[in-house]
Amino acid sequence: MTYAPAVAEQRAPDAAARSQAPRPYRFAELMLTALAVVISAGAYALVGLGAEDTVPANVYWYTGWLAALGLGLHVLTWWRAKYADPVLVPLAILLNGIGLAMIYRIDLATESSTATSQLVWMTLGSILAGLVIVFLRDHRLLRRFTYTCGFAALAFLLLPLVPGLGTTINGARIWINVGPFSFQPGEIAKILLAVFFAGYLVSFRDQLVLAGPKILGIRFPRLRDLGPIIIAWVASVGILVLQRDLGTSLLFFGLFVAMLYVATGKKTWIFLGLGMFALGAFVAAQIFTHVQQRIDGWLGALTREEFEKTPGGSYQLVQGLFGMASGGLTGTGLGEGRPSVVPYAESDFIYASLGEELGMVGLFAILMLYLILFQRGMKIASSVRDGFGKLLTVGLTFTICLQCFIVIGGVTRLIPLTGLTTPFLAAGGSSLIGSWIIIGLLLRISDYARRPAEEFQTGVLTVLTDPEERAGQRSPSRGLLGGLRNRDAADPAGAEAADGHPRDPEAEVATTVHPAAAPGPEADVATTAHRTAPEHGAEPTPEHGEPEHGGDPR
Amino acid sequence: MNNPLKHVAVVGFVMFALLFGSTSFVQYFQAQALRDHELNTRTLVEELSRERGPILVDGTPVAYSVPVDDTYEYQRTYGADGMPAEVYAPVTGFFSIVSGASGLEKTENGLLAGTDDALFYDKISSIFTGSQPAGAAIEITLDPEAQMAAWNALGGQKGSVVALDPKTGDVLAMVSSPGWNPNPIASHDRDEALNAYERLIADDDNPAYNRAIGGNLYPPGSTFKLVTAAAALESGEYTPDSQLSGPATLDLPQTTATISNSGGGACGSGGTVSLADSLKNSCNTSFADLGMTLGSDAMSEQAQKFGFGESFDIPLQVSASSFPSDTNPPQLAQSSLGQFEVRATPLQMAMVSSAIANGGSLMHPQLIDQVRNARTLDLISEPSPREFSRPISGDTASALTDMMVSVVDDGTGTAAQIPGVDVAAKTGTAQHAQGAAPHAWFTSFAPADDPQVAVAVVVESGGNAGSQASGGRVAGPIAKAVMEAVINE
Repeated sequence: MTYAPAVAEQRAPDAAARSQAPRPYRFAELMLTALAVVISAGAYALVGLGAEDTVPANVYWYTGWLAALGLGLHVLTWWRAKYADPVLVPLAILLNGIGLAMIYRIDLATESSTATSQLVWMTLGSILAGLVIVFLRDHRLLRRFTYTCGFAALAFLLLPLVPGLGTTINGARIWINVGPFSFQPGEIAKILLAVFFAGYLVSFRDQLVLAGPKILGIRFPRLRDLGPIIIAWVASVGILVLQRDLGTSLLFFGLFVAMLYVATGKKTWIFLGLGMFALGAFVAAQIFTHVQQRIDGWLGALTREEFEKTPGGSYQLVQGLFGMASGGLTGTGLGEGRPSVVPYAESDFIYASLGEELGMVGLFAILMLYLILFQRGMKIASSVRDGFGKLLTVGLTFTICLQCFIVIGGVTRLIPLTGLTTPFLAAGGSSLIGSWIIIGLLLRISDYARRPAEEFQTGVLTVLTDPEERAGQRSPSRGLLGGLRNRDAADPAGAEAADGHPRDPEAEVATTVHPAAAPGPEADVATTAHRTAPEHGAEPTPEHGEPEHGGDPR
Repeated sequence: MNNPLKHVAVVGFVMFALLFGSTSFVQYFQAQALRDHELNTRTLVEELSRERGPILVDGTPVAYSVPVDDTYEYQRTYGADGMPAEVYAPVTGFFSIVSGASGLEKTENGLLAGTDDALFYDKISSIFTGSQPAGAAIEITLDPEAQMAAWNALGGQKGSVVALDPKTGDVLAMVSSPGWNPNPIASHDRDEALNAYERLIADDDNPAYNRAIGGNLYPPGSTFKLVTAAAALESGEYTPDSQLSGPATLDLPQTTATISNSGGGACGSGGTVSLADSLKNSCNTSFADLGMTLGSDAMSEQAQKFGFGESFDIPLQVSASSFPSDTNPPQLAQSSLGQFEVRATPLQMAMVSSAIANGGSLMHPQLIDQVRNARTLDLISEPSPREFSRPISGDTASALTDMMVSVVDDGTGTAAQIPGVDVAAKTGTAQHAQGAAPHAWFTSFAPADDPQVAVAVVVESGGNAGSQASGGRVAGPIAKAVMEAVINE
């Protein structure tokens, strides 16, 4: 097989496809963002009207602030991620805005000022999302930090256990105190873990699928392939059991199983995963009283015994249910209910607060927003070409979905209640920042997925251009990568040793055939041949690891 | 990888579908049940922040809302000068931010809170005027003199007193001792309110029971002989002068058990005694024999006509008193004396006296006198007296009245004599547990010729007198005090 002619042949149909290049939809994003800001500001004003019979004095200032955040993100995506999904930013702003209005509403009842700090966190979160778009020019860069992310995640998870730094709030040791702020490192760890799982699984999925003993018709992976991932899983789940935070534990476990399944396509993983979880849950229920408490408080929630039991018991859950029931179909109206009766009405139970004042109709609208977010994420995952991006997108999207399910399912008594925050809605800085970073990453990946080839100028990883072009100009970045490939070809064993694990078999094939112009693992996929950069199993040497934006002529 | 991706998407969609389902379940399908749930204090809390109507006794509020500066806006307060909260607690109940409500606060909640349909026009007008709809004021039938007389006479002994106006059914006194104070339970401090409530519930003396109309009920003992005598007279085969056999000891058929008289001797001379004398001296053997002769059906029927076996609202819910059905002769013999499985509320026994006093017409007991708009004082409703049943004929009533008067004149109930007033009564000393002192009972009405008040008193386990207690000695003076309080007004 010779490589170059194959590429040349594939150019023709692709050129046709390019003529109907995807539209950026930036204007749609701007309009939707404006709508989200207007709805959010309207909710804020209605809260004031409902609770205190006056529109809050700072409503224009508030609207301006939200609009500035929306506009800022819009400009950044337009500048640096022109083809990014146009719905993500409006969705995030709207959910965040609805949450802010409800938090402000609880503030009015309890005379606190959580909404202000939530607005600060929202600002910080959207700035971080913007920074992701600006500085992470290609999401595949993250793959270089697979193991760094893995260790960082572990470190983040361990932080709350450090004496003096970690604090126990409501029985869960998942917080750290930094100055006046408390922070849940787990919210960031989940993103790091998604990166780690994605990077790891994309490299090892073939071993996981193909190698290993077959028992009872099920192929089990070799222990040594599975080792690191088992360790990561045991570590994260173990730490969380130690920290008594079941919700996050369940979240990480679900994230892990979903990504594993997408990577390997083997349903056995799901059953194995569910089995492991069922076993873990059963054992946990036997060993840990707090697990048993949660289950008792769930099953017997509406009994006086559980209702009045402290600690544990179902007081919060049942108060939430009563609040939602009092809202009924259409709710009491913003500012007209009594959501503050429920403990943590502004964070863990914001869904119940919203149910009370916006009713079933309002909650359905909110669920629809999450559903759209999930659908967009899955669409990005299916359209992005590289395995790493696909896995990362699935992981991040599924995290949001699962987190919604665990929290909202808990609040509506579908499943036992566990402490997690509703993404974007609930008061809480770490959760908000984590969610906004996810939006930033999804924007970056969706831009990559929809961007026409000729606009591929991330300048970080090589772009496969026309052969003529390639002959005429050799960009510095190409040169660097070329050099890397040559080195790979010369010393595959060394490359393998460098990152500590064997490379993608596909990548290996490609480099062997034609080292100098090796396409990525998906080079055999005709439509992507021109756009996918090589996926190196090997991490680049440090000097290559630096993003070199200036290296590529724009 | 796109195939598994689809599966993950399906899993996600299923999760969202479940959330849509659980959300609509809570917000819609289960919503009404949750709103009505006993643990749900939201409705109460909502109503607390409205101006709740007062409960008035003779124009004086014994439960009322005071404006305060906290989230609930109004503090519910109980009691008034000379009207201690614990004396009225069995009637008013409490209204708590954590523990719901009880008593009239619960049963009349709609009116007090201003949500009842009877206040429709008031509500409509408040929509137009923009003012908060206010709750209605409820004037209750209790007579403060009678109520305090009953409370003081009971003097802290466990037990209960009920007084009725035989002509209207108005409840003039309703005391349940030990009393309890609703004020701490109505506190806006959650912990204080919950603690007070828990102490009330956990108290071994069960102050939370309204002993007048509920709780564990009492065997009525000899006061029930009024019902047996009524059944005899109603059968047409007996007159007050009918001679009954009244031996010192009555051997019960089918068992080795016997029934004897409290004095130990026979009733009357020669082993026979008239029905009237049997009642006057509370002869056990003659009434046991009489009951067996009348039969289970006749006894049951008579008891039912007086209200046994029926739960009703005054509007507090009154527990059903009970007379066992399908008894064998020895059981029937004991039941005829108000023992075995006969159970009665003090209100039930007051109703028996009340029916006799009112010429055989039993008026439905009633606690609500008037419902008025709390601001304009316009009358909203006023329940009119209605008949509960006609358990006995006028002749039977007057015969029983004469017999009961003789109980007070020179029988077991002399303790209730009121100078210048004919008092009719029946005493009771009810066995209720092996080795325990008997309950002292007394039911009466006065004046006998123009009854103004019918009373029933029970003092648990003999009260301060203990095992030496008898109905006449222990409960009689209490009944007397209440009757005097009503008559002397």
